[in-house]
Amino acid sequence: MNQYLSKQVADLKPSGIRKFFDLAAQMDDVISLGVGEPDFVTPWTFIEQSFHALEQGYTSYTENAGMIELREQISGYLQKHYALDYQPDDQVIVTVGASQAIDLALRTIVNPGDEVIVVEPSFVAYVPAISLAGGTPVTIQTKAEDAFKLKPEQIEEAITPNTKAIMLCNPNNPTGTFLTKDELEPLAAVIEKHDLIVLSDEIYAELTYDENYTSFPSIARMKERTILISGFSKAFAMTGWRLGYATGPAELISAMVKIHQYTMMCAPTMAQHAALEALKNGRQSLQDMVDSYKQRRNFIVSSLNEIGLDCPNPGGAFYAFPSIQATGLTSAEFAEELLQEEQVAVVPGDVFGANGEGYIRCSYATSLKQLDEAMERMKRFVTKRLEKAPVHAEASN
Amino acid sequence: MMEHEVELLKLIEKNANLSVDKLAKLMGKKPAEIEEMIAHLEEKKAILGYSTLIDWAKVANEEEVTAMVDVKVTPARGVGFDKVAERIYRFPEVKAVYLMSGAYDLSVSVRGNTMMEIGRFISEKLSTLESVLSTTTHFVLKKYKHDGIILEDEDDDDKRIVVSP
Ligand SMILES: Cc1ncc(COP(=O)(O)O)c(C=O)c1O
Repeated sequence: MNQYLSKQVADLKPSGIRKFFDLAAQMDDVISLGVGEPDFVTPWTFIEQSFHALEQGYTSYTENAGMIELREQISGYLQKHYALDYQPDDQVIVTVGASQAIDLALRTIVNPGDEVIVVEPSFVAYVPAISLAGGTPVTIQTKAEDAFKLKPEQIEEAITPNTKAIMLCNPNNPTGTFLTKDELEPLAAVIEKHDLIVLSDEIYAELTYDENYTSFPSIARMKERTILISGFSKAFAMTGWRLGYATGPAELISAMVKIHQYTMMCAPTMAQHAALEALKNGRQSLQDMVDSYKQRRNFIVSSLNEIGLDCPNPGGAFYAFPSIQATGLTSAEFAEELLQEEQVAVVPGDVFGANGEGYIRCSYATSLKQLDEAMERMKRFVTKRLEKAPVHAEASN
Repeated sequence: MMEHEVELLKLIEKNANLSVDKLAKLMGKKPAEIEEMIAHLEEKKAILGYSTLIDWAKVANEEEVTAMVDVKVTPARGVGFDKVAERIYRFPEVKAVYLMSGAYDLSVSVRGNTMMEIGRFISEKLSTLESVLSTTTHFVLKKYKHDGIILEDEDDDDKRIVVSP
């Protein structure tokens, strides 16, 4: 049947995560640090509010852009926490996860041949989503010695006459790298100079642990060229509800709504009701989860370093991204052997981009008990490897 | 109280079994600092003890009965409810005593091996106290949640797929 596939789809590379998933799914007693979603179940009040809405008969479509009450809440939330000013009626769209917002935003701005910059190591969906929108992904490889922080020169180097836009993700999946206002401003200057559109994926914005968060469109003159993408999956532990949103200039958002109305109609109604409750009454639940992620981050980072895997402190999201170079293994070897020998699943860094080679992604959205056990198992695994590969260990220290 | 003391208290309130080393890692502190904080909090009696939450219903031959008793009392001049509360809470059968707003004064939680045993305690000891005017006893039939912990959480395994983006 392959001859019937569109060329675009046939050319898409299978996801490296998928391959690893198949391997891990066959095994018993696996402790997974490979999961990109919260371990918390959605806070009960959101679930209960959704039940209530269903009982009341809210089972039909909503407005294409999402319920106006929800758009008002999103607008108010962005105002309160990030000093952003978006009009609920024409600058906010409620989507089926941030995933759909990314797809809509790309399809809204990309013409065939347009280049869109992706900063690697990156969330695995960006490159394929750009290709599917007819664009050409151009990747930037951030450097480990810069703590995987994007530098303005790197944007300059990637720019060609065809560059249309850049995808930013702050804090970043998979590295947990967090850019502060001071680090974002020089990027904004280059972006403005070259008249780029920014797709700013801020889905992990609430999950930052040490410093205040600056939303990209709140930087001077960036709002008019930025589509802000976020959602409820991570901060509110609502991955399965499939609810996200995008905000931006009215012309861009209304173009996104146009695609959305023909291809999706609207985001799920019961999920919109749960999200409304999340924004109205979810602050304490969110804070409790953030406190817990922060503690687990502290725990996993110090444990990884103790084991002998060099791991800088990630400022946000729920991922640690330690180097495994001291073991002399590739990322894929490390992840596969660790899974086979100790039944711990981590994601090899190279699936997030070539510069992720030599690293693994460990999600700490896992109970302390599981994390503790996973660290014990990894310690056994790594100690054996370090004994075997003392040369490598010394070379990288 | 300092912020990190509150953080420590919240952690051990949820799990008193965490080792000093683990607490240190979670809070990004040194083990010695944690020990010092705990000693300080014990000294000023912010930490009163370390207990384990046990579901006795799961332990053979150790079933126990709990009753919540609403007690009306006459407060004594000068000392109010405190004196009578003390007379009540000194009994080892009494697990908790609260002064309440509303229709009665003290809420007393009593634990024993059988209903008979509790009945005897209430009729012989509690209701005969001089300042006790009346008691209303409610026996607990089933515990669903205690101190924030759900007792029969059968279905709490991880429902996430093992690896995701
Ligand atoms: C950086 C990033 N953006 C977007 C998403 C998609 O989230 P949603 O569940 O809202 O579609 C994820 C999920 O893993 C992510 O890590």
